[in-house]
Amino acid sequence: MIVYAIFFAAICFALGLLMNLWRLIVGPERSDRILALDTMAINAITLLILMGMHLGFALYFEVSMLFALVGFISTVSYCRFLLRGDIIE
Amino acid sequence: MPLWAEIAITVCLVIGGLFGLVGSFGLMRLPDPMQRLHAPTKAATVGVGAVLIASMLYFFADRGHISTHELLITLFIFLTAPITALFISKVHLHLKMRSEDLPTPKEGAGWAGYTATGPARGVRDMPEKRNE
Repeated sequence: MIVYAIFFAAICFALGLLMNLWRLIVGPERSDRILALDTMAINAITLLILMGMHLGFALYFEVSMLFALVGFISTVSYCRFLLRGDIIE
Repeated sequence: MPLWAEIAITVCLVIGGLFGLVGSFGLMRLPDPMQRLHAPTKAATVGVGAVLIASMLYFFADRGHISTHELLITLFIFLTAPITALFISKVHLHLKMRSEDLPTPKEGAGWAGYTATGPARGVRDMPEKRNE
């Protein structure tokens, strides 16, 4: 039962990744593209956790923690670059 | 694994997957950029949170000890989501809105960012790009 639930959730989040990719390519504004990248990072975190559950391997939490850090830093630095023309003034 | 754990984990996973799908679908389908900013918060809070609760239950029922890595991930995402949303909405305002188009705040105080005459080399130096 858990295996099917894990597959269901993984399919949901993978479909979400495809939708975010559509918004990233089409998105009429730069803020839409940044938002799509941020949501892609969150969906990837969830997929990594699901993969860790499926394989029964606890190391994937550290991987998803690193993914959360990198996604946050990239979003903030891109926004700051667009807002101020510089990242660290 | 006991039956209650299987049922609880399955319910959490299904709820998390549906909320993640709803968040990404809203990001794809909503018409306005500020509305699009609202949709993925569902995926970031309930989607990730439910999957993390399912993972905690799974490793508790499987190994018999409580793992706390998931709480760290939840805490980090809950801390950083408002900062990200603020930055993205400020990028949208600065790229698409003039300060005359925005509602005026009380007591003559301008919008944060629009009143600055600081050292920015970015959007503020190219006003012709703002309403492209």
